[in-house]
Amino acid sequence: MNRGSTGSSSMERILLAHGSGGQLSHELVTSLFVKSFHNPILDRLDDTAVLEVGGKRWAFTTDSYVVTPVFFPGGDIGKLAVCGTVNDLCMSGADPLFLSSGFIIEEGFPLSSLEKIVASMQMTAEEAGVKIVTGDTKVVNRGGADQIFINTAGIGLIPDGVNISGGYARAGDQILLSGSIGDHGVAILSSREGLQFSTTLKSDCAPLNGLVAAMLETSKEIHSLRDPTRGGLSSTLNELARQSGVGIWVEEERIPIKEEVRGACELLGFDPLILANEGKLVAIVAPRAAEFILQRMKDHPHGQDAAIIGEVRQEPKRKVVMRTSLGTTRIVDMMVGEPLPRIC
Amino acid sequence: MKFIDEYRDKERARPIIEEIHRQANEPMTLMEVCGTHTVSIARYGLRKVLPETIRLISGPGCPVCVTSNGDIDRAISLARVPGAAVATFGDMVRVPGSDSSLALERANGRDVRVVYSPLDALKMAEEDSKIKIIFDGVGFETTAPTVAATALEARKRGLKNFFVFSAHKTVPLALKALLGLGEVKLDGFLLPGHVSAIIGSRPYEFLAEEHGLACVISGFEPLDILQSVLMLLRQAKSRRPKVEIQYRRGVHPDGNPKALEVMARAFEPADVEWRGLGRIPGTGLALRKELSELDASRVFELRVPPAKEARGCRCGEVLRGVVSPEDCTLFAKFCTPQNPVGPCMVSFEGSCAAAYKYGV
Amino acid sequence: MCVAIPARIKAIEGSLADVEVGGVLRKISVQLTPEVKKDDYVLVHAGFAIHIIDEQEAQETLKIFEELGALENE
Repeated sequence: MNRGSTGSSSMERILLAHGSGGQLSHELVTSLFVKSFHNPILDRLDDTAVLEVGGKRWAFTTDSYVVTPVFFPGGDIGKLAVCGTVNDLCMSGADPLFLSSGFIIEEGFPLSSLEKIVASMQMTAEEAGVKIVTGDTKVVNRGGADQIFINTAGIGLIPDGVNISGGYARAGDQILLSGSIGDHGVAILSSREGLQFSTTLKSDCAPLNGLVAAMLETSKEIHSLRDPTRGGLSSTLNELARQSGVGIWVEEERIPIKEEVRGACELLGFDPLILANEGKLVAIVAPRAAEFILQRMKDHPHGQDAAIIGEVRQEPKRKVVMRTSLGTTRIVDMMVGEPLPRIC
Repeated sequence: MKFIDEYRDKERARPIIEEIHRQANEPMTLMEVCGTHTVSIARYGLRKVLPETIRLISGPGCPVCVTSNGDIDRAISLARVPGAAVATFGDMVRVPGSDSSLALERANGRDVRVVYSPLDALKMAEEDSKIKIIFDGVGFETTAPTVAATALEARKRGLKNFFVFSAHKTVPLALKALLGLGEVKLDGFLLPGHVSAIIGSRPYEFLAEEHGLACVISGFEPLDILQSVLMLLRQAKSRRPKVEIQYRRGVHPDGNPKALEVMARAFEPADVEWRGLGRIPGTGLALRKELSELDASRVFELRVPPAKEARGCRCGEVLRGVVSPEDCTLFAKFCTPQNPVGPCMVSFEGSCAAAYKYGV
Repeated sequence: MCVAIPARIKAIEGSLADVEVGGVLRKISVQLTPEVKKDDYVLVHAGFAIHIIDEQEAQETLKIFEELGALENE
């Protein structure tokens, strides 16, 4: 096997890493799906497609949820499925309106668990103000799915005057983060067999459309919004840098990280920047609006720990630079492969 | 977090950095031989704050990188044993052997499980007596005692389905072999703090006494490394090389006698192959005959075809400090973290991975 | 090559101990550091305590940094 010698991936099989949101996922999406389905809407590479229909701008997105464990501290796969799609919609500036939900359930899955998940989905939908209007259910043989998989698709309306895209960041813009990173990732890891640590940390899973609406009320000068889910903050910042063709500079000390997340990461050798977040957002905004938006975020229950973590510059193009706690600078690269605990 | 944050404080770092600049008037080449140092130096951008007269190079300090293709191939062949599961540290999962990697084997349906501790693997064996759990033991003297303790525990509990495949290695004699090659002109060593927590400072004394090299056993936080560089500078200037301990909170000159005893009960020295350094007598750790029923290399058929080295890969030279990652023509162009040619790029602490990931 | 993290011993039971890092708890083996006591800080590697941290030495090291800083300001 002549790995790497031609500079292109000669992998024959899909690896777990292709789904974990980092470099490999990105490559699979761009070199296969976008290349094949190619059209101007898809080519923008936004999480959510923006469609002009009937003189209005509709946002349309989909996501599948395969998380294990199915129930974790602070949430479950159902809550995740609703929040994930609601959040993707509001990251494009849309008001989320309607969701579909498709279930693929493994034979033998307890009905009581399914009921809990569905109740959780309804509660979350209510908080977000969205309706689940259509769906589908399939049951597969034991072993054909890992307990339960959920796909949600959602549509929403983008109000006039709102123009948000990962490609709109420009030099001088300020980068805001709505709260602490790594909470969801660590909460999931703590309930996985094999890593065996205990923590009071809960997933931060939350619908963010209320927060985004509050931010947009303060100012329309929000250029980009993205939620750092799989692949973590480092993937999101890199994606934004690439989409906008700019350099992103962040200060390590300004990034809010809970003590317990740091503890778990130090112990197991994880980097908090690559861990998933399910209730946080990154906003790239015009410099004169930054402080106002920040204050509004801090007044909102899902933005209390918000902070300005950095800024956009011309250079280095398409890269993310971090000023470390020591005062030196280094590159922040996208995660390669899945997060793995290390002893070295 | 106690004992961590204080050693990352930039206010405390400043006077050390300034003192280093004041003292560094002659060029000095220092080698660090611990992958965790490689990563810390890159992650905190330390090369950028040091004066140009000080050259910090990486040596064979990443136990994953120095694992030969043959050993990786053997671990992979164990994953293919029917009814077996290979339990491994996360570090080894993506490392390429001649044709495959543990990650690829898992993609092909083999049972490969990532653990944080060898004790997690032991637990897996206890929970399912039908599966043969084979632990892929990689690491230097920091890790070997933990695997030794686990193997002895497996024997004590009478487990019949737990095995260890040892690719463990020891550091001091490897440094001797490295110097014997005479390839790189060094002034001093930044020695591995956690290996030394186990073996103490005495095994390194020959470096100062026979080779006249300044030696400092260093911790891993940026302030530890900076202080160690300062101590090395002072030693070199005084022309009185010795083995000093910077990492005093973590290392006792005698090391950890209990850990050494446990290691000796389970392992004995063996002659093993190091990537980049060839066969170095006495630097491997093989399970003792008394534990042979746990020894994967004795219990299972490990016949693998001769290992193939990737064409153009210069990991060996990188590991000996002869070549820096950027000197390798494959670096960043054909060999990247997502398409690695050699282990130095895929290991979390490989020099090439650190150079690529942190841009330093 | 060794990620080993300072953690505080919260409770000991035989050869196992509960340790805490930044509020996160884990059970580890203290087989290799049998003299360990509650509230000691240990270096944890691969699920084992490998060394009991010498707090006094830690303070000494910090003092050296501070002295360098004081020299600077003279």
